[in-house]
Amino acid sequence: MVLQTPPLQTVESMIPIAEHDLSRKDYASDIDTRWCPGCGDYSILAQMQRGLADLNVAPEKMVFVSGIGCSSRFPYYMNTYGMHSIHGRAPTIASGIKLAREDLMVFVITGDGDALSIGGNHLLHVLRRNVDVKIFLFNNRIYGLTKGQYSPTSELGKVTKSSPVGTTERPLNPLAVALASEATFVARSYDTDPQHLQATIHRAAKHHGAAFVEILQNCNIFNDRAFADYTDRDVRDERLLYLEHGEPMLFGEEKNKGLAVSATGLRVVEADGPDAGLILTHDATRPSPDVHQLLARCSYPEMPVPMGVIRQVTAPTYGDYLDGQIEVQKFRNRADVASLLRGRSTWQVE
Amino acid sequence: MTTTSTQADGSASAPAGIQERDRVTVRFAGDSGDGMQLAGNRFADATAVFGNDFSTLPDFPAEIRAPAGSLAGVSSFQISFSKHLIYTPGDEPDTLVAMNPAALSSHLSALAKGGLLVVNEDAFTSGNLKKANYPSNPLTDGSLEGYRIIKAPITTAAIAAVDDLGLTTQNAERTKNFFALGLVYWLYDRNLEPTLEWIEERFGRLPNIAEANRRALYAGHAYGETTELADAHVRVPPAVLKPGEYRTITGNQALVLGLITAAHLSDLELFYGSYPITPASDVLVELAALREYGVRTFQAEDEISAIGTAIGAAYGGGLGVTGTSGPGIALKSEALNLAVMTELPLIVLDVQRSGPSTGMPTKTEQTDLLQVMFGRNGESPLCVLAAKSPGDCFYMVLEAVRLAHKFATPVVLLSDTYLANTAEPWPVPDINQLDLIEVPYRRNELADAEDFQPYARDPETLARMFVPPGQPGMQHRIGGLEKSDISGDVAYTPENHQRMTDLRGEKIQRIANFIPELEVDGPESGDLLVLSWGSTYGAVFTAVNEARDAGYELAHAHLQYLNPFPRNLGDVVSSYQKVLIPEANTGQLRMLVRAQFLVDAQGYNEVTGQPLSARLLTERIVQYANE
Ligand code: SF4
Repeated sequence: MVLQTPPLQTVESMIPIAEHDLSRKDYASDIDTRWCPGCGDYSILAQMQRGLADLNVAPEKMVFVSGIGCSSRFPYYMNTYGMHSIHGRAPTIASGIKLAREDLMVFVITGDGDALSIGGNHLLHVLRRNVDVKIFLFNNRIYGLTKGQYSPTSELGKVTKSSPVGTTERPLNPLAVALASEATFVARSYDTDPQHLQATIHRAAKHHGAAFVEILQNCNIFNDRAFADYTDRDVRDERLLYLEHGEPMLFGEEKNKGLAVSATGLRVVEADGPDAGLILTHDATRPSPDVHQLLARCSYPEMPVPMGVIRQVTAPTYGDYLDGQIEVQKFRNRADVASLLRGRSTWQVE
Repeated sequence: MTTTSTQADGSASAPAGIQERDRVTVRFAGDSGDGMQLAGNRFADATAVFGNDFSTLPDFPAEIRAPAGSLAGVSSFQISFSKHLIYTPGDEPDTLVAMNPAALSSHLSALAKGGLLVVNEDAFTSGNLKKANYPSNPLTDGSLEGYRIIKAPITTAAIAAVDDLGLTTQNAERTKNFFALGLVYWLYDRNLEPTLEWIEERFGRLPNIAEANRRALYAGHAYGETTELADAHVRVPPAVLKPGEYRTITGNQALVLGLITAAHLSDLELFYGSYPITPASDVLVELAALREYGVRTFQAEDEISAIGTAIGAAYGGGLGVTGTSGPGIALKSEALNLAVMTELPLIVLDVQRSGPSTGMPTKTEQTDLLQVMFGRNGESPLCVLAAKSPGDCFYMVLEAVRLAHKFATPVVLLSDTYLANTAEPWPVPDINQLDLIEVPYRRNELADAEDFQPYARDPETLARMFVPPGQPGMQHRIGGLEKSDISGDVAYTPENHQRMTDLRGEKIQRIANFIPELEVDGPESGDLLVLSWGSTYGAVFTAVNEARDAGYELAHAHLQYLNPFPRNLGDVVSSYQKVLIPEANTGQLRMLVRAQFLVDAQGYNEVTGQPLSARLLTERIVQYANE
């Protein structure tokens, strides 16, 4: 089965452009970063600053909102507006900002515990509502700030401080959760591939609607090398699948393998084997998230781990609908506070 | 919109055959499906047009449709109307309309002996009697002796009146509330016109239903006229209200109008984040219908998201508001604390209800005062206001918005189920006479970006230098971590935390310099002060005046500002030998007053889910005055 691919057509988000050409340092605040040396967060911060400098976004038009956790320190280091809020609630505050201020570009920085445990409810709803905020979930599969308890993405049986003989719960798959909410933009990248991360940040920033990006991030203190099996430089070509819209799903150093549909999901086939014709072409714009879900479920070691934009569809945002309703109602009904105060009927006392 | 003039000039005497009374209280009671709230509201409209002062008390079960005829399904609506100004919907009804045995059984004890009972005799079937736990029929077993009874075949007469309209039996039967209403209109000499107009407006597109309701109304009215009910025919002359244009308003409607007006007066865009919860849901529902005013309502996924989005909107420079009831406040506490720490102008409406836990969702109580004062971790002061009447909800919203912006602080406005649902005549304010609401961030935005410090403070109010995102060169970060004085950077030093704690407290205290002093009604000093707050105003005012009529000299003061208190409260409470604080809780204001002013204030406390009883309170006042 080869899926027909329409050209990638998306409405781009209105990006507020700075008056002057800015460089990475214009996006860096003067506050000293306080992550552990070697933490993956440093690279993500650098790529965010570079990525925004490439787009030349006006810093005063950006707001970074975070919750609680190591990743949530992120807004302090950006020379933008920002709020380091409370655990799990960043999507709510970000939604309020965006709905009150359409002119601002609003980012959410969150982690696996913040977004999927205490704030799980809000993540589902901000995505299904398609509020125009960009959500970056730094997934390190551990609680770092509280010093090493398991998180909702920790693997079953993982030994951590709060699970000394292994966890007894299955992990959540962040991409699968985002796709279940029918998010309009779903992507994955990782901390140690600066080019890929920057490109993904660009795409998320330009997306009109809620964008969800999972970034695999190494916590070298409490969960070192959590993703090393497939993100290490020497194995990544073999074990990662870099997705590009409209391109065949090929991977391997020689691009000698590809993904095809099987009876139960996806399977790996040889690019020069008899089933080569069945290799899927990636369609990020497919309205149904069905194939996207199959991709999200691909995990090491059985399957290659997908990276890049899995899904990007065009849909009106919550703000588009709300603004539209306000426009229409203003056209239909006259807004007159004095007559509103008088209500349906009044009487006169002489 | 229609404007009507009151039909009487206030001096006309009753036509022959009608007795005249100063005040009457009527309670309609029936099954939740019987349309008692509708009938009550129509009666209130007719009463408004007639020119009485009035106050209503709807009381309904939390269940939307409990089994028909059951005790759990009884819904009631009380209205008190008078030729004088009144401040409560009346303790006990003079007249009870009972549409079935369950309604009779639930409400008879409230009816004074000698009171008038109007019953729908058709509904007293053996099945309904059993559901109401009546071993025998009270209409025939003599147990209603001592009451004046009108036994009317309300169901069959209503069905007969609409007989030839081809309605289903169910629809024909549903007109019985209009029949009952017509009968009560005759009893109290109300004009049918406003209700006929309403029927046309509401059911105009369903001409058959409109006609059926009209006929049932006329039939009920004619029933009163033709049956020998002359001794029950009563007229309450119109009240002498201050001249002007009036409308009917409930507390929840006043909150809605207050928010729209505040947005207008401050030139801010209104954002209302809320999660449906009784009894605050109406505010969300009514605001959602006002998109043409630029209102952004957001039905959140939970209470936390509701306040989170409101905080976001406030931070973005909008008029950020969230509304809820007690259980919702509990869920919002952490986020409310974020607004305290980030010092953002946030409005929180708390329409209180009975607790603890889910409690009694449709019943009233004043039990959230201490929760909103102290229900957060850390030293977390914020401004607390409370409305005293349905119409006052409007003015207190304006006040909440003014103070939230002036002081860059969250403000909680307390209302409750009673105020939310109670209707009263309300003089329509002139929008041009209301003060504009100043928004300090517009001035802050003009400051020199080079010197900008987000936690620098206004020397007079101590409000921090709040600037929403968007200003070039003023980029900064705020959040829940302790802030360094002036710069707003994260800080953990002991001296700074002490200083910031003091500043946050002092800022709220300084609000007292910008609110009115507490007014005392009665002697400036003496034996007894009755101190009240919130929705009990009407009952306390009434009880105080009854005690005065009985010869007692006492003072009354009512608080609308709970945190900070008006700056003269300490002087006021220490000017009397005795202080009595009536509350619909176990003594929350009393605890605050005793702690702050070291006065031996006594309480009068009822926690029944019902508004305070003016009669019982009068007894308590007299008893305490005699002690
Ligand atoms: S604990 Fe882990 S995630 Fe947190 S800063 Fe240190 S390395 Fe980074």
